[in-house]
Amino acid sequence: MEVTKEYDVIVIGGGPAGMAAAIQAFKTGSEKVLLVERNNTLGGILPQCIHNGFGAVNFDRDYPGPQYSYLYEKELRSLNVDILLDTMVLDLTPEREVYAMNSVDGYLHYRAKAIVLAMGCRERTRAQIRLPGTRAAGIFTAGTAQRLVNIEGFMPGNRIVVLGSGDIGMIMARRLTIEGAEVPAVLEILPFLTGLRRNYVQCLLDYNIPLHLSTTVNNIYGENRVEAIETVKVDDKLQPVEGTEQVVECDTLILSVGLLPENELSRKAGVELDSRSNGPVVDSHMMTSVPGIFAAGNVTAIYDLVDYVSKSGEIAGRSAAQFARAGTHDSQSGITLKPGTNVGVAIPQKLRFDDDRSGEMFIMLRPNALLERAVKVELKHGDEVVGSFREQYARPAEMMIYRLKERELARLRELKTGELTAAIS
Amino acid sequence: METKQYDIAIIGAGIVGVMLARTLARYRLSVVVVEKEADVGMGQSTSNSAILHSGHDPVPGSVKARMNKNGNALWRELARDLNVELLDTGAMIVAIGAEEQRNLRTLYERAKENRIEGVEIWSREQCLEREPRLSPDCSGGLWTPTAAVIDAFEAVVATAENAAMNGVEFLLNTEVREMIVNDGRLEAVRTNNGEIRARWFVNSAGVHADEIMHMAGDRPEFHISARRGEYFLFDPAKLNIANVVFPVPSEAGKGVLVATTSHGNTLVGPNALVTDDKDDTSVTRAGMHEILVSSARLVPSLSPRDIIATFAGVRATGNYRPDGVNRDFLIEISKTVGGLINLGGIESPGFVSSPAIAEEVVRLLAEEGNEKLIGNPGFKPVRPAHVRFAGLDHDERAALIRKNPFYGRIVCRCQEVTEGEIVDAIHSPVPAVTYDAIKRRTWAGTGRCQGSFDYPRIMEILSRELNIPMTEITKRGPGSVFLYRKTKDVV
Repeated sequence: MEVTKEYDVIVIGGGPAGMAAAIQAFKTGSEKVLLVERNNTLGGILPQCIHNGFGAVNFDRDYPGPQYSYLYEKELRSLNVDILLDTMVLDLTPEREVYAMNSVDGYLHYRAKAIVLAMGCRERTRAQIRLPGTRAAGIFTAGTAQRLVNIEGFMPGNRIVVLGSGDIGMIMARRLTIEGAEVPAVLEILPFLTGLRRNYVQCLLDYNIPLHLSTTVNNIYGENRVEAIETVKVDDKLQPVEGTEQVVECDTLILSVGLLPENELSRKAGVELDSRSNGPVVDSHMMTSVPGIFAAGNVTAIYDLVDYVSKSGEIAGRSAAQFARAGTHDSQSGITLKPGTNVGVAIPQKLRFDDDRSGEMFIMLRPNALLERAVKVELKHGDEVVGSFREQYARPAEMMIYRLKERELARLRELKTGELTAAIS
Repeated sequence: METKQYDIAIIGAGIVGVMLARTLARYRLSVVVVEKEADVGMGQSTSNSAILHSGHDPVPGSVKARMNKNGNALWRELARDLNVELLDTGAMIVAIGAEEQRNLRTLYERAKENRIEGVEIWSREQCLEREPRLSPDCSGGLWTPTAAVIDAFEAVVATAENAAMNGVEFLLNTEVREMIVNDGRLEAVRTNNGEIRARWFVNSAGVHADEIMHMAGDRPEFHISARRGEYFLFDPAKLNIANVVFPVPSEAGKGVLVATTSHGNTLVGPNALVTDDKDDTSVTRAGMHEILVSSARLVPSLSPRDIIATFAGVRATGNYRPDGVNRDFLIEISKTVGGLINLGGIESPGFVSSPAIAEEVVRLLAEEGNEKLIGNPGFKPVRPAHVRFAGLDHDERAALIRKNPFYGRIVCRCQEVTEGEIVDAIHSPVPAVTYDAIKRRTWAGTGRCQGSFDYPRIMEILSRELNIPMTEITKRGPGSVFLYRKTKDVV
């Protein structure tokens, strides 16, 4: 198949990261920008997130998902950016050739000077947590249930247990309650809440939905449709404690057990992936290990707030436009950022100081421990503490976003190479 | 309710039942397959290791041994005719430690006695060269080149489709509840969908074959104990092995194997757990732990992080013991009930044996049943392949979408299944009317996200094509709806 169209930048995915990337790529000089989205609407998951909690950082407002999405969509549509909806990208080569298709335009083969990967994430399923029980109907991931209720307008059940205290799990517990379902329990295998505290208050406490910590599902009953589940307490090694089993009658089990970056296309393009973040290794321009292929949003790591997803999209879009113009990029030098004590994921994996765009540089850390006290974050290059900051607490549910200070940047620019370790104490 | 009359009625649409139906379609006979579930192949036929065993394992001289060896050979041509994926992987039985190494010799002798071709004893180095991901603790292996991997979903469906193309009728959601036996002859069965009369009834009811016998008043001593086997499927993008790898078998069975499926996933399982409930396909915490430990012994680099699906099947383990051969297949024209043919205790290697079992029934009908089998000149042995978008190259895809835009919309992103393929499945010779039926035919929902993405989309397509409301779409038949009501309906 011949390449039939050439673009400066092709953005794959029309969620918040992709929309922000396309807007920025166009605004910073790319004339030919294409955004490809597999759904029939823009916004990714936002149109089904009809609760509020979006825009606190970027707009200083508390918008519902569809409105936050609309603000970006409005701007995007005012620009001369090509948009293909209902279009699936099936293949991506390291040479930045894109194979995509839809039922109107058929099979497409395009090429771009730069690519932005913004495919978002998918939900972990029952197999990934090795949930015992039958394979009856009535077991849904929280995002699927959310789509069924908020987009399709259907109720997946009447008496619903939620496994996982992530944000979407708690939000769905409230949503289903409002629609007339009964939610007898939200279960969390960890000894602490994994979603945001405000969602615990607004979604569970306010609706009298009980949360059981250190508890998981031990069995699912029902041959055709879920009839009940058995819960069990777990010990500090997350192993079931015999004698604590309880049967809870329900017709539906909703799983909110984590998200995984969606990187099938990244793999096809030969992009290096980080086994901790499950996303591409990116530098401070959000460029992956393959020159000219950038990544933004939940494809790189799971974010807590959409505002930062948009921000990462802006960086990726701007960098992609720059790459499309210059055509080269120094991918050798830089300082490697490593997660240290109490840090699960640190992004970007590579800090670069090769041009003036690094005047503003952010690092994002996801703690992997719950520390409900004042904490100190230290950035160490060898034995030298290059930077440090304090936070009121460290929670796995909340990312730490830190903008490097001018003098820290200056010092890192001097150091140029080596490893920077981020640790929380 | 109406009464229908056939030459032959087959009870149970597993691989044994549909294979027999397809084989009988070669003759001028009216054949019906009666199945209590909503689709063909809903039992152990699609919840197994999907391996065409070589036949080295069954007791020499047993019916099992003969059926296995013959079935393995018959499947080659069948797979071509039915357009079913068959991978000639071969299988390796891997010994770890001195005792297992000694047992390899016994296995080798047995394979020779069963006249299995190409069987060799391999050194540790030979094993590791062929299968580099094997445990370095491996001390040697038995190589059986005729073992193969098959797409079990497609095989059952394709066989049934080919039977249907050749005039076999399928009565799904139809459960045999009562039998009418007159003067020692089974004349008719009563189902929830009316009465079925036939000259011959074939009992291929899998785990329920003993109940069917007892309903007819036959073989009160025959009993099937259900033995559940649990499995894991791994992400196809991760670790892959080239061959089927078995441990050295024990009393409990062939043991937990590691194989690559026809779709590129690594498959591990099964364990063996006797269960009271024959239809219980639950997975258990203890069972999953057991197969993880057992499979890691053979292939240590398997990571539980890469598991994308868990499932279980139930083996129909019978207690038929001719000449002291434990748990042999029971293939017979009943001695006590006229017009009844029993296919009982067809556990592993039942799948590979199914074409041989069908031929054996034809032989019994002709020789013992005095049936004058007249060839059906219109028999079409080839079942055309359905479109598999994921397997096409770029140019083929482009051409396909130009012809039919339905193939331009992806419904299942992980397996790259298009709307066109879903619609094809719904309007195929054995129509898919449930979510799981579509899954078996198209592999939609079998990837990493396990249907999270395609559930709503497939429900919409089913609703549109079958012209039924979303709230009536089921996962696996009556009682397994996905959706309860519209949000705006008053409770």
